[in-house]
Amino acid sequence: MDTAYLIETVIKVVVILLIFSALAGIGTYFERKVLAFMQRRLGPMYVGPYGLLQVAADGVKLFTKEDIIPTNVVGRIFKIAPVITAATAFMAAAAIPFLPSFTLFGYEVHPIVADINIGILYILGIMGVGLYGPLLGGMASANKFSLLSAARGAAVFISYEVVTGLSILAPIMMVGSLSLVDFNNYQIENGWIIFNMYGVGFVAFILFWIAAFAETGRTPFHLIANDHEIIDGFGTEYSGMRWGLFFIGEYANMFFISFVIPLLFLGGYGDGSFLGALALLGKVAFFFFFFLWTRAAWPDVRPDQLMWLCWKVLMPVAVINVVIAGFLMMF
Amino acid sequence: MFEAIAFYLFSFLTITMFFIAVTTSQALYALTALAAGMIFISAFFFILGADFLGAIQIVVYSGAVMALYAFGMMFFDTTRDVKEKQGNKFIVVGMGVLAAVLVVVIFAAPIVGDNIVALYPMTEGAGNTQEVGMVLFTKYLVPFEVAAVMLLVAMIAGIVLAGKKMDISLTLTSDDKIEEDENNKKVLL
Repeated sequence: MDTAYLIETVIKVVVILLIFSALAGIGTYFERKVLAFMQRRLGPMYVGPYGLLQVAADGVKLFTKEDIIPTNVVGRIFKIAPVITAATAFMAAAAIPFLPSFTLFGYEVHPIVADINIGILYILGIMGVGLYGPLLGGMASANKFSLLSAARGAAVFISYEVVTGLSILAPIMMVGSLSLVDFNNYQIENGWIIFNMYGVGFVAFILFWIAAFAETGRTPFHLIANDHEIIDGFGTEYSGMRWGLFFIGEYANMFFISFVIPLLFLGGYGDGSFLGALALLGKVAFFFFFFLWTRAAWPDVRPDQLMWLCWKVLMPVAVINVVIAGFLMMF
Repeated sequence: MFEAIAFYLFSFLTITMFFIAVTTSQALYALTALAAGMIFISAFFFILGADFLGAIQIVVYSGAVMALYAFGMMFFDTTRDVKEKQGNKFIVVGMGVLAAVLVVVIFAAPIVGDNIVALYPMTEGAGNTQEVGMVLFTKYLVPFEVAAVMLLVAMIAGIVLAGKKMDISLTLTSDDKIEEDENNKKVLL
């Protein structure tokens, strides 16, 4: 293992960490603005031009707020739960190719930390572990509403994981690899996966997109946070930066899943030209915006409705989809 | 060098986590340590170059331990210590050490005897995932299918045991109907 590789990897890790923790902050600003415009309000306006510095103000507030550990909570678990959410979100990013490889000062840079040959499986597995954060936070909080939220978290996790896994099975069968770089290269030759195989790819895309909302815990599957009880579910007892870490984890996850969906189904960065890179960023922006759009437009579903949807509708559709894909590939 | 560092780091972490899982009397500590230990084990698969098995280890066990959490939530107040019945500690520790040594001897004996040979050599040009698939669907096809049938039996048994009133969907029933049923129940009581 040579030194150049080591330095390159460390630099990549630091850059991804910095960019996406900053983006998570700016994401909250976008969310407020988009929600405000959709509800005929102005959103944050006072701090800086158009409220742009609101992000900095929020950051200062979160960092300087007192970190309260209530009595009766299970101390260590309570403290480590937000870290799990934030850390796993960034760990999952290790296998995502953010841009096509480019040359910088005569040195070829691959904007992916580790091109392991099981990419997508690793990403989904680690993102799944991220749901331990809300679960542990809720269970350790010594608060009935937090416990309720943790129970919902477990139910959501067990329901959507099956759909996510089964929905990407059909694309994996087409590509014959689990690496996202291979997915991208396959789509250069054979066209976007959502148009492939007489609609099988399209069904898989819709299923994965729905499951992505459960994966990131966004409306309409935001039921982990008990919004209708006017509290914050697992985050009720948290304050300061520990609560902020839950937030960073959630928003980083939203960005990463917005990268994964286009890479899997919508051609990714294409042939690797500058235009292809811009196209990928455009797709990412659309999917991120769609998360916010849904939040403004739809109410939350009930937990039993989510489980009904996942187990009785989406899972059978996904299984039938995989069977059809198998038949199409064989004959 | 990096492999050695990673190996010793993750061995230490794994053993510590499972030690906590066994010794603590706090249900939440035990479950969290169990989950962490299971995830740390995947590191050994990654070090050995078995990426696919490593990822599967994370996916499967994070889901399995999640189900254990659900049980923990139902049976214990997870913020309190569980009162355990302590037997003779010396017998427990002695048996535990004996069992561990026995396992190490069983697995180390063929290595010491130098009899370990890879039965399936690597196929040229096949990735990690493909290798697992090839062995699973040729040499180990029968165990694989038997495991599948067993899982199906377990699933059907689970549905039969838990599935009373599964034909009634709360989602599809109107709110008035649910309320009416609730009121009738109260009258009966």
